[in-house]
Amino acid sequence: MWTFFHKLGSPPYFYRIAGRLIPWLGWVCAGLLVAGLYGGLVLAPPDYQQGDSYRIIFIHVPSAWMSLFIYVLMAVSGAVGLIWRIKVAEAIAAASAPVGAWFTFLALITGSLWGKPMWGTYWVWDARLTSELILLFLYLGVIGLHSAIEDRRTASRATAVLSLVGLVNIPIIHFSVEWWNTLHQGATVTKIGAPSIDLSMLLPLLIMALGFKLYYFMVLLMRSRVEVLERERGSVWVREVVQTG
Amino acid sequence: MRAFVAVTRRDLLLAVRRRSEIANPLLFMLIVISLFPLGISPAPETLRLIAPGIIWVVALLSVLLTLESMFRADFDDGSLEQMLVSPHPLALLVTAKIAAHWLVTGLPLLLVSPLLGALTHLNAATTVVLAASLALGTPVLSFVGAIGVALTVGLRRGGALLSLLVLPLYIPTLIFGANAVSAVMDGLPYHGQLMMLGAFLLFSLALAPLAAAAALRISMN
Repeated sequence: MWTFFHKLGSPPYFYRIAGRLIPWLGWVCAGLLVAGLYGGLVLAPPDYQQGDSYRIIFIHVPSAWMSLFIYVLMAVSGAVGLIWRIKVAEAIAAASAPVGAWFTFLALITGSLWGKPMWGTYWVWDARLTSELILLFLYLGVIGLHSAIEDRRTASRATAVLSLVGLVNIPIIHFSVEWWNTLHQGATVTKIGAPSIDLSMLLPLLIMALGFKLYYFMVLLMRSRVEVLERERGSVWVREVVQTG
Repeated sequence: MRAFVAVTRRDLLLAVRRRSEIANPLLFMLIVISLFPLGISPAPETLRLIAPGIIWVVALLSVLLTLESMFRADFDDGSLEQMLVSPHPLALLVTAKIAAHWLVTGLPLLLVSPLLGALTHLNAATTVVLAASLALGTPVLSFVGAIGVALTVGLRRGGALLSLLVLPLYIPTLIFGANAVSAVMDGLPYHGQLMMLGAFLLFSLALAPLAAAAALRISMN
């Protein structure tokens, strides 16, 4: 097991393993997304209050979960890269930032589309919306810093520091904003005790969440493969890969 | 400790020699604050309503304006490299630079806060709380800002990027600082907000120098 992880830290090995995993992830992810969407859009009953417009949660909630999950993963792999100087971890952190920013954006967009019929407005300065928006700013800061520094490895280490600072700050920002104002409906799934959501809605939601996660892993592997290739462009194995196709 | 005092004194001396660097952020603050009555309304009730927010936002921006100067000159003339290779812990020297930065930017801001309060029709009690919130909050801005500057000091056009990196991290300070002032105006308890600001200050004092030192090492490479 450990040797597997050690080997994974080596770029050529990672490149090969990732290449083999991507199709599997892709097919399973496609299956889950189709099942989740069918369950969510067709099988699940309409909500007794919100009618059909609640169905956007099958996109919205998984995106919001992913936006936080990816930030944590990015910061942790950044830290791993910073501490042990593992090139693959740096590549993973670099590849995560844009995907996380898009998921955050998606969560914001779907939320505001849902907010129009429900709250009567596209945007309210409510705690969760605001902290999601700030999360987007944090992602954009990470991306901006990464692209501003020319040397790839320096860029990775600088963004690792920034994302760790952000990680420490996310709870502070979140609770400050929460304390400042709140209108968003409370947590329905992750609260302690039984979820206050019917199984016929919960199941597609979880399937979608899993599908989103696999999608992220697939895109992550694709992007990190490219990133690794680019970073290692001077090495022999990259030349071999490029020549043999 | 001697190194700490030496770095702080050196930075203060440099700032005193170039007084305009101290005066400019203050003038910026005064001008921007005086734009609001012109742009929104000179009515005292309106001004009082928006005063906590605008004073704090403008304080944030004027600190942001001065952040670059924290490491820029030392980076350009190479003294930052000397600090990196010196036997003293870098985090300590960074703390000294942050302290000097606050004395040059945060403290004057604190001193003009009664004037800002008068311009926006705040009463005496509110002005005291405003000053207290600025006293606790502006050092946090210097500490957190130091991390951002340390990350961008090696870049040629770091200015716009710096605001993108630092402003989101300033939000908690803004919330609690402005909220303490509005709370006292509404006759509500405000100690909790000030204590939160104090907590942020201690927290950033403990961690920000370490992060900034790590960031400097990366930037200098």
